[in-house]
Amino acid sequence: MPNLNWFTRKDLTLAPTPNCWDIIALVIVLTLLIMLGWAAQQMLSPFQLSQPKTVITLDPHILPEYALRSTLRMLIALCFSLLFTFTIGTWAAKSRKAEKLIIPIIDLLQSIPVLGFLSLTVTGFITLFPGKLLGPECAAIFAIFTSQAWNMMLGFYQSLKTLPQSLSEAVQIMQLNAWQRFWRFEVPFALPSLIWNTMLSLSAGWFFVVASEAISISNQDIRLPGIGAYIALAIEQANQQAIILAILTMLAVICLYDQCLMRPLTYWSNQFNTEASSTKRPWIVLMFSRTHLLKSIAKIYAHFKDYTQKQAPPLKPGFKLNTQTQAYCYWLYYGLGLMLLGYWIKSLLQIDWTPFKILQLHEFYETFILGLITTARIIVCTTLAALIWIPIGVWIGLRARWATRLQPIIQFLAAFPANLLFPVVVALIVQHQLSVNIWTSPLIILGTQWYILFNVIAGTQTLKKSMHDVSTLFQLPQWIRWRRLILPGIFPHLMTGIISAVGGAWNASIIAEYVEWGPHQLIATGLGSYIALQYRSGHFVQLTLGITMMCLFVLIINRVVWAPLYHWAQKRCQ
Amino acid sequence: MPIPSSNPLIELNHVSRSFSQDHRPDVRVIDDCSLKIYPGELVALIGKTGSGKSTLLRMMAGLIQPTQGQVLYQGQPVTQPIPGLSMVFQDFALLPWLSVLGNVELGLEALPYKHHERREKALRAIDMVGLDGFESAYPKELSGGMCQRVGLARALAVDPTILLMDEPFSALDTLTSENLRADLMDLWNTEQTNLSAILMVTHSIEEAALMADRILVFSANPGRIKTELRTALPHPRTEQDPAFQPWIDQVYDSITQAAQDDKPAGSRYKVIDLNYRLPSVSISELSGLIEALNNHEDSHKTDLSVFAEDMGLDVDDLFQITEVLEILRLIYLEKGDIILTPIGRAFADADILSRKTIFAQQLSAHVPLIRHIRRILEDRYNQSANESRFLVELQDSLTEESAKAVLTIAIDWGRYAELFAYNVNTGLLSLEDPDSI
Repeated sequence: MPNLNWFTRKDLTLAPTPNCWDIIALVIVLTLLIMLGWAAQQMLSPFQLSQPKTVITLDPHILPEYALRSTLRMLIALCFSLLFTFTIGTWAAKSRKAEKLIIPIIDLLQSIPVLGFLSLTVTGFITLFPGKLLGPECAAIFAIFTSQAWNMMLGFYQSLKTLPQSLSEAVQIMQLNAWQRFWRFEVPFALPSLIWNTMLSLSAGWFFVVASEAISISNQDIRLPGIGAYIALAIEQANQQAIILAILTMLAVICLYDQCLMRPLTYWSNQFNTEASSTKRPWIVLMFSRTHLLKSIAKIYAHFKDYTQKQAPPLKPGFKLNTQTQAYCYWLYYGLGLMLLGYWIKSLLQIDWTPFKILQLHEFYETFILGLITTARIIVCTTLAALIWIPIGVWIGLRARWATRLQPIIQFLAAFPANLLFPVVVALIVQHQLSVNIWTSPLIILGTQWYILFNVIAGTQTLKKSMHDVSTLFQLPQWIRWRRLILPGIFPHLMTGIISAVGGAWNASIIAEYVEWGPHQLIATGLGSYIALQYRSGHFVQLTLGITMMCLFVLIINRVVWAPLYHWAQKRCQ
Repeated sequence: MPIPSSNPLIELNHVSRSFSQDHRPDVRVIDDCSLKIYPGELVALIGKTGSGKSTLLRMMAGLIQPTQGQVLYQGQPVTQPIPGLSMVFQDFALLPWLSVLGNVELGLEALPYKHHERREKALRAIDMVGLDGFESAYPKELSGGMCQRVGLARALAVDPTILLMDEPFSALDTLTSENLRADLMDLWNTEQTNLSAILMVTHSIEEAALMADRILVFSANPGRIKTELRTALPHPRTEQDPAFQPWIDQVYDSITQAAQDDKPAGSRYKVIDLNYRLPSVSISELSGLIEALNNHEDSHKTDLSVFAEDMGLDVDDLFQITEVLEILRLIYLEKGDIILTPIGRAFADADILSRKTIFAQQLSAHVPLIRHIRRILEDRYNQSANESRFLVELQDSLTEESAKAVLTIAIDWGRYAELFAYNVNTGLLSLEDPDSI
């Protein structure tokens, strides 16, 4: 059976019924948003954003360099995400008290649109490093980080929470210390899911790399050398040739990334799986295993492995602090917590609410209606995508050879940042003068529809051959076969696919409902375009309102629609 | 074999263990257990599934702390896992991403050995269990028997004084477990290791009788050591040995006896209350056993140990089934014999529908939980009730997990007997016909 599960979420984390910790988390996250918005407003009013003008050219020769820079941003963000995963994820899994707060917060942060977050934080980063490119650079990396970290951390946390009891008892009997235990037992156990989540995040991340390299905030363009900026300039100048070049470069980059990073990593992670699986050795692994380079890499890895085996002296097995030190630690823990809380309250009190007072009631109402419009758009697009991809996915899923053959292509498509294709669609809309509200809608689902296809294929493949045999034996007509066998069989997988696709669609709406082509601006009515308009014109209060509204929409729809549906599907159809 | 001396290696002093539940009274799993293990002994702890014997083993290993009493290892209290004490697990507990060698070496990593010493010791242990040649294999390449050998090698590599084994052979098929058992006994008898005592938890009477010098019979609810049996039979033992048959019979008898103690005085049958931990035995197992008994011999008595052997059942399965049949008064046990009652015989001769009627009668008469559910459903105006209602009641004296198991099996029996209907999606129990739900 081909390893088709890469883009199907095995452990979708959907929080159960909300409790008081969710409310605390909601308060924390919402005040964080408001504080960020307020701070951004403050920073802007006294002095305008100042940053060196970076020169972006459309010279094709510079494209490889831009591609490299974009990739680098992605990898730096990945390092931070891993660090975050290992520290916060472990903390949440090990400490009950921390878990109660961390998990709802992360769950909420997941529902904040990444690009909205970016527009709120970028001013802060710019003022942190005034006049330097480092500010926007940090903001971009932070945005990519926010698109990766939550997913990875939750996956890791879940793995740590589900360590098999007998294995952990065996490790306890062997008296490994905490350090050894972490690297020799917990991390390897979590690795398959961690790597898989990382793949998912990385693939989704290209979209945000491209988006975060060119943002317009308060009517100023911030451009970071990279593919995203290149394409933004090409759009500005309506240069079709440059767009095609950028798309081709991105294709090459994704291809390399897929061959050199994704495949070897999955191959490597296979050894941490509990079940035996045979995958073909990727050519890159073969190549490395025949060169000297591998030996030096292997040496570094071996050093690291040795280091994980060493006994860190202060952590002897069964090491316990004496009661007094323990008491001090508790005081420190709670003291720090209280200080943080105090600081939080202080900053809350400091907020000058006057800018927020300009918000009129009708603006709340207006954003709410816009939210409904975007919701409708997402629902319609997802339904259409599902209607298209279910038959195709089932067809592929029933043919193992096709599935194996098409798998790399679909994976590739899923990683390809859809926003690079936007200009192509927009140029067509402008040319044929089509309705903006209708024809920009498909852009929302353009990048994330692949999740639906993937999951449908995977779902079809889980149907046993004997089940098909039964329906053939009884000579069931096609539609009964679909209604009784195929649709219920793939339903749980379809749900996972749709949930993933919809999650991505909210993010995409911010750049899909407001698109440009040369002098043309196409603005579809919706919450996404509202947010885009507000940060372009520097109205941070309205921006905060828009983002908060979107966050609430995502949250409520998740809790009210998706979570129950998902659990029902898991219970009934599996 | 080392000679028993007077100082116990490990000692349990009036140990009890309760598990606390949220907003519910604590459930006592182990109650006032005392036992001593001396150097040179191979002790088997035998009892039903869920009787708490594994909990007892984990307390000795320092994995769980007793709520009352003390565990002493060579006179020192055990509060955490200690060197000198090693354990073999039922499901092997091997790390799938480490090779055989890596798994065996893992236990040595916590000890202050140099790299080459570690390797040397690991290789010797692998050698000892007969796995040489498989050092670089991964657990997923190995069969169950091989995996358990790795588990054994890992436990022996650290050169323990006591080896604790938690049902080490129960995940293996008969031939494999026999083979591994023989090899283990060989290791033990030839003193290739510094092992000074072995404590094994098992639910196979045969296994215990073949291996142990001392057998502790464990009873459930709450877990207690009921009886203790000793033998001086020399090793290696075989089932064909004439001296062996009386010994295994003796073990069977005392286990049956241990189960008889909760019968009321003068009664042949077991009487249970509402919160009794019903064993998870399916209808087909119950009817299957009755049929087998009916066909077995024409005389109305059947010897338990002979029957078990003929049917290829291990004691755990057999005793669970006979327990339920006894509660339902279809059979009763007497001095190691199974006797079919007239109702039991009628059941065996009946067709499917009449069997359901007999079963329904016996269930309503002798299983209080089922009677209770029926009564509640009859009292309700809509003749239905949610399962959670009964679950909460059961949790007064059972852990959440066992309460669920008990209710599940009661629902299973009740549905078969057509005493009530159940909908798994809504969790609703009702008196209605299945069609109308």
